[in-house]
Amino acid sequence: MFDFLSDYDDPTLLGAFWVTVQLTVLSAIGSLIWGTLLAAMRVSPVPLMRGFGTAYVNIVRNIPLTVIIVFTSLGLANIFGVTMGVPDDFEAKAFRLAVLGLVAYTGAFVCEAIRSGINTVPVGQAEAARAIGLSFSQVLRLIVLPQAFRSVIGPLANVLIALTKNTTVAATIGVAEAALLMKDMIENEAQTVLIGAVFAFGFVVLTLPTGLILGWLSKRLAVKR
Amino acid sequence: MTSILYDAPGPRAKRRNVLFSVVFFVLLALLLWWIWQTMDEKNQLEWALWKPFTTSEAWTTYLLPGLADTLKAAALSMVIALPLGAVLGIARMSDHRWVRIPSGAVVEFFRAIPVLLLMLFANEFYVRSTGIPSDERPLYAVVTGLVLYNASVLAEIVRAGILSLPKGQSEAAMAIGLRKGQTMSSILLPQAVTAMLPAIVSQLVVIVKDTALGGVMLGFTELLNTRSTLAANYANVIPSFIVVAVIFIILNFILTSFASWLERRLRRSKRSTGAVLGADKVDDVNAAEVGGTYGTGAGGTI
Amino acid sequence: MKLRKVSAAAATALVLGLTATACGGDDGGDSNGSGSGGGDKIKIGIKYDQPGLGLKEPDGSFSGFDVDVATYVAKELGYEPDQIEWVETKSADRENALSRGDVKMIAATYSITDERKQKVDFAGPYLLAHQDLLVKTDSDIKEGTDLNGKKLCSVAGSTSAQNVKDEIAPKAQLQRLGGYSECIAGLQSGALDAVTTDDSILAGFAAQEQYKGQFKLTGLKLSNENYGIGVKKGDTATVNKINDALEKMVSDGAWEKAVKDNFGPANYKNEPAPKIGQIVQ
Repeated sequence: MFDFLSDYDDPTLLGAFWVTVQLTVLSAIGSLIWGTLLAAMRVSPVPLMRGFGTAYVNIVRNIPLTVIIVFTSLGLANIFGVTMGVPDDFEAKAFRLAVLGLVAYTGAFVCEAIRSGINTVPVGQAEAARAIGLSFSQVLRLIVLPQAFRSVIGPLANVLIALTKNTTVAATIGVAEAALLMKDMIENEAQTVLIGAVFAFGFVVLTLPTGLILGWLSKRLAVKR
Repeated sequence: MTSILYDAPGPRAKRRNVLFSVVFFVLLALLLWWIWQTMDEKNQLEWALWKPFTTSEAWTTYLLPGLADTLKAAALSMVIALPLGAVLGIARMSDHRWVRIPSGAVVEFFRAIPVLLLMLFANEFYVRSTGIPSDERPLYAVVTGLVLYNASVLAEIVRAGILSLPKGQSEAAMAIGLRKGQTMSSILLPQAVTAMLPAIVSQLVVIVKDTALGGVMLGFTELLNTRSTLAANYANVIPSFIVVAVIFIILNFILTSFASWLERRLRRSKRSTGAVLGADKVDDVNAAEVGGTYGTGAGGTI
Repeated sequence: MKLRKVSAAAATALVLGLTATACGGDDGGDSNGSGSGGGDKIKIGIKYDQPGLGLKEPDGSFSGFDVDVATYVAKELGYEPDQIEWVETKSADRENALSRGDVKMIAATYSITDERKQKVDFAGPYLLAHQDLLVKTDSDIKEGTDLNGKKLCSVAGSTSAQNVKDEIAPKAQLQRLGGYSECIAGLQSGALDAVTTDDSILAGFAAQEQYKGQFKLTGLKLSNENYGIGVKKGDTATVNKINDALEKMVSDGAWEKAVKDNFGPANYKNEPAPKIGQIVQ
């Protein structure tokens, strides 16, 4: 019944899911950084940066991820000649472009999560920080963001879970991750439902523990008020 | 310009801000110029590629039918997922174990699986056990997938909203003798929905965007799907993507604007209920647009 | 629900109406029934996005060689052009669409292979195409082996590019995109060196207004693709009827005319009409 699994060795099922994990981890790190930067821009004293941050988030969040990912490949790579440092290795290039697209997209959501975290920090904290003469970046770095991060672990976990599942979109530009393998299998085998179940199980294995661990962490680290 | 995060700028800070603005502006302008230049160099700005979008045929044959399907699937999914999500969210906080555990399992399960897979399953299910005609089946499958996933996410949003309310609210309700159902329906839920409105809206935006997944494997003729037919006809891949992206942005912008209007109305009429989020205090930061307060929204695009 | 039904019906009626007028239909086609209707409609799967073979035109009509063949066959089976309901069947969905009974038959650049024959039955073949390479007019790619180190594009899920990489040019860089129009846009911008799939498909794209004169086919016959009309597994009666229709189409000159109409503008030199049941390996 499961003999179709052993027919595929380039990549294997585990290999494909390993690519999914790599995509997820790299994009998660990237979008955490980019999202924090965006959030900082959105609350910064410079009006132009605020405007850019707001515009970026509102545009990127409203475009389907498929469009963004495809654009990194067709637009950035093919029209603008962005080769991501590997002009001659399509597989590596597609992978890096996918990470770039995922970071650009997920960053907008991370930004919003962090911004809502900033909102949960009591006003007194920031006021006290300003009262002792801290500058904007100091207020943000030393006082507000550390508290904000602790209160948004839950929402960030949701973003991470969504990101894990979103990596499947990378299949549209040919990154050999789980969804692409699934597509190949469905095309060549008749057992659509069984194949789907195997991959669904794979994603449950990836996302459920993430949700549980981070949920536990967010309770532990929550700022008690 | 006041913010809790920085003082009103003095003369030096003002100069610095102007400097930052100028540098940032120059960088942005350079980027935009480079984009324009490269597009021009690669002939992507040629009028022939964009002209089809000024003809009525491109719209009536390809884009509008696609848009209609996108809207249809999104609207149906929203209408079904919202109440279902609320019920699941409340059920998960039930005092009865036999209600709490199954609904929790349902929510966690459907949240963990990519929407595309849910759609595939739904499609296969409809093929095997129902007589839904083949030309309507993609719509049913897409809506089913979107409802299952988004109802679970909405359930979590509602639950988070209720949990975020101060304990005093339900304690006070109990103290004046309200029953559990009454506490939920007249005290907790109204406040939670107001507080969670931004998150709910980001989820609705996700629904609109995720209809696009139906086109990838189920042959649902939504906007992205009809786009590829259009691009094959006019040989304008990049412009067609840009136009479709703009349509999505406008669509979701209308949705979020409506929601923030609704939110302002609700906030005004129920002054100071969702105090926990302290959102009013930073209103200058999130004026006019909707913040994903609980950032649940990154969505299950595929 | 009611509103949805109405708008869906309206949209369908609009498209059908346009199709009907384009084909010179006589009946309004009110009963665009839900598939299981009185049998007065036939659903045929085609491609919507392949110029020269199956393309949805801006006026809502359909054109291409596959479309013409399917229309002819349907007529022989007793369906007038306005009784045909075209359905888009993407490559990955073709076997499923047949086995579910979503469509009666599929004429969508559907190559007869042993693997597919296990899941569906084929009538035909009605055209012999070859896998080929599309390159820029000034390209120096002449042989399959020239592809080593070059950037080759094909559509996700297509086996043709993999074949080239496995058997002819192992050092070729392979990019898989969502559709051929994406590949060809990349070829035009210089990001790709060659696009590979059936020459019949490539010729159609190369002949498009925007691309005229920019590309050429290398003329390498990398494989034989026998296009057949797919029907549900076990439906031998329909296969036989379609085969008769195809034979008649060749003998009365309609096949030649369809070839001229659709491949003429693309300057595609097709193979002569294949014999029914004769599959060129």
